[in-house]
Amino acid sequence: MHFAVIIFPGSNCDHDAYHVFRHILDIPVDFVWHRETDLKKYDAILIPGGFSYGDYLRTGAIARFSPVMDSVIKEAISGKPVFGICNGFQILIESGLLPGALIVNQDVRFLSQNVTLEVESIDSIYTQSLTKGRKLTMPIAHKQGNYIANEDELKMLLDEDRIAFRYSKGKKGNPNGSTDRIAGIFNKKRNVLGMMPHPERASEAILGSEDGLHIFKSMIGVSS
Amino acid sequence: MKAKIYISYKEGILDPQGKTVSHALDAIGIKKIDSVRMGKYIEMEFNGISKDKAFDITDESCRKLLANPNTETYTFEIVEK
Repeated sequence: MHFAVIIFPGSNCDHDAYHVFRHILDIPVDFVWHRETDLKKYDAILIPGGFSYGDYLRTGAIARFSPVMDSVIKEAISGKPVFGICNGFQILIESGLLPGALIVNQDVRFLSQNVTLEVESIDSIYTQSLTKGRKLTMPIAHKQGNYIANEDELKMLLDEDRIAFRYSKGKKGNPNGSTDRIAGIFNKKRNVLGMMPHPERASEAILGSEDGLHIFKSMIGVSS
Repeated sequence: MKAKIYISYKEGILDPQGKTVSHALDAIGIKKIDSVRMGKYIEMEFNGISKDKAFDITDESCRKLLANPNTETYTFEIVEK
């Protein structure tokens, strides 16, 4: 499996993701600058976290119109895995590949802390090696991660089993205030995943958690 | 010619910043405010085009980029400078 890690001006988790693929999992990965327009040679695309275009206007709103996004959308529609983390999730929402919106956290603060996620759906390449209800610890680092969806979108996500991860219960468990504790969602075909927490920053024991690695291992078909 | 664009959260969308400002106003003794909603104000300038054309360009800009149709609404006016 050959991964592409897309870099926008202002991406800052690109090297973390690259490190996981190249140095921890030992699988091929390339950085792809946002001006590239052809992603055919890659088997999976990762849109990393950061502050693309300085979060100007709205998070992800300007990156969504970068030249590479036409081909990200094309590959996503064709069924290729497209994985957006944090700002990557915000970009996927702005591009229309995932429903809903990510607005400012309920306490209007940037949150940088560990959270505990619960695996909600194992029906995807990202979660196939996990078990439903399994708890994963990894960091969040965002100000606009409060997931909201209208009634119809929420019903669709629930009916179609498209909630990948939830934050644990209570305000402490769900610090950004996301609707229904939603931390990550799939598209209809389940090949696109967007999530606010950072699995790439929790993929080595030295970082305090290896729980994030389970998601990447699952993507490449390695059980853990 | 200038477009004055106002973008605000749709009704029903939580506005944590507005709520925080509302509490702050209350705390400094400014009362009788029912609610505060925060939004964005954007200006765009035009030269050498008709008012109708400026209207169309502004509307397209709002639809495609400036406002997020999931969470925001927009209004604008075209004014002579």
